[in-house]
Amino acid sequence: MNGIHDLGGMHGFGPVDPEPNEPVFHYDWERRVFALNMTSGFLGRWNTDMGRYAREHMPPAEYLATTYYEHWLYGLERLLVEKGLVTTSELAAMRSTGRAQGLKPIGVEDLPKMLRNRRAARMDEQLAAPRFKAGDRVRTKNVHPTGHTRLPRYARGKVGVIDRDHGVFILPDEHARTGTKVPAHCYAVRFEGRELWGPDAGPRDAVFVDCFEPYLSPVDGEGV
Amino acid sequence: MSEHHHDHGHDHEHDDRPGPHGAPLTDVQLRVRALESLLVDKGLVDPKALDALIDTYETKVGPRNGARVVAKAWVDPAFKQRLLADSTTAIAELGYIGRQGEDMVVLENTPKVHNVVVCTLCSCYPWPVLGLPPVWYKSGPYRARTVIDPRGVLREFGVDLTDDVEVRVWDSTAELRYLVLPERPAGTEGMTEDELAELVTRDSMIGVTKVSSPRR
Repeated sequence: MNGIHDLGGMHGFGPVDPEPNEPVFHYDWERRVFALNMTSGFLGRWNTDMGRYAREHMPPAEYLATTYYEHWLYGLERLLVEKGLVTTSELAAMRSTGRAQGLKPIGVEDLPKMLRNRRAARMDEQLAAPRFKAGDRVRTKNVHPTGHTRLPRYARGKVGVIDRDHGVFILPDEHARTGTKVPAHCYAVRFEGRELWGPDAGPRDAVFVDCFEPYLSPVDGEGV
Repeated sequence: MSEHHHDHGHDHEHDDRPGPHGAPLTDVQLRVRALESLLVDKGLVDPKALDALIDTYETKVGPRNGARVVAKAWVDPAFKQRLLADSTTAIAELGYIGRQGEDMVVLENTPKVHNVVVCTLCSCYPWPVLGLPPVWYKSGPYRARTVIDPRGVLREFGVDLTDDVEVRVWDSTAELRYLVLPERPAGTEGMTEDELAELVTRDSMIGVTKVSSPRR
């Protein structure tokens, strides 16, 4: 979706503002939101892409006026209701009307296995043959889906060169919509700064975007 | 980068547990407490697991892990070769595996190529080697500007690249997680791997700074 989360290339945000000796969390509620998100996610009722898509629904003005873990809080509340773990009225009253059926909370003993994850979105290579190889010229599609996508707006309809094939991964777009794991090659695509931003971009600046194969079309007859 | 380490916008009240100051809880603090109680009552969350998870990411996972990877690559050419060829496997040799580090790519900075990592769409970051991302990495200015004005952003961090240096910005739009292998600074000949690891900063592994030579 063309949400406010898709910030690449916007102006007006001012300087980057690093904080010296920044703590991992600034407030105790941030710790709790982080951990509530993780452990709720481990229950398996939604996937990473659904999590991102939920946060992308935050209204733009609210997104910009709030901090990072408030985005997470918004997404978590939305998913808890959407996936049937909490009812709308329970969330409104912040009061339980009965324990969740068929689910056991993630315990301390479950965490090591959950955190030592070795495989997330990568799928077997045999599931999809690559359409492109390193050095191929490609054009990203000019698409504006209302659903989840990982093709940022600044990189749509642009010509780039395949830098490398990362292998086969779950296509986030469908994964966010239905949970189905559609295999797709994911490529690092190199875009020259001037292709993305016009003549004012530095001549030696390039942006690499990880693009799933369905985002790409071949560019024929333009040479390399 | 000292001129950018001013304090505006950063308050230092880093804890909202009830304290001697007696300040009232804010809306978000109240909401999060209420939500946690609701989820505990529903049998969806175990508060002890929350505590353990927080402790892991606050005290056990962080940029010192990434610094070990970089230092080893600087002193061990065979490891460096493995690291660049199959980053995930090489990093796992040091035991750094897990969430948000399942598929790693290491990018080598050289005198002619400077890599810098961003996530314009959210906050993708290699947790097992760098920990959780700092606020600036997740904030509007960095996410908006790094792709369109990388040299301007780098200048704010004190890195002024000459025109002959190529800048490569990596937007983490999929599930690959990027770690920059910074250049080994001059004046570090003869230093041990442990001493080198002490020099390596988080920001140099994101690619917004270089590693400084040791002070004499």
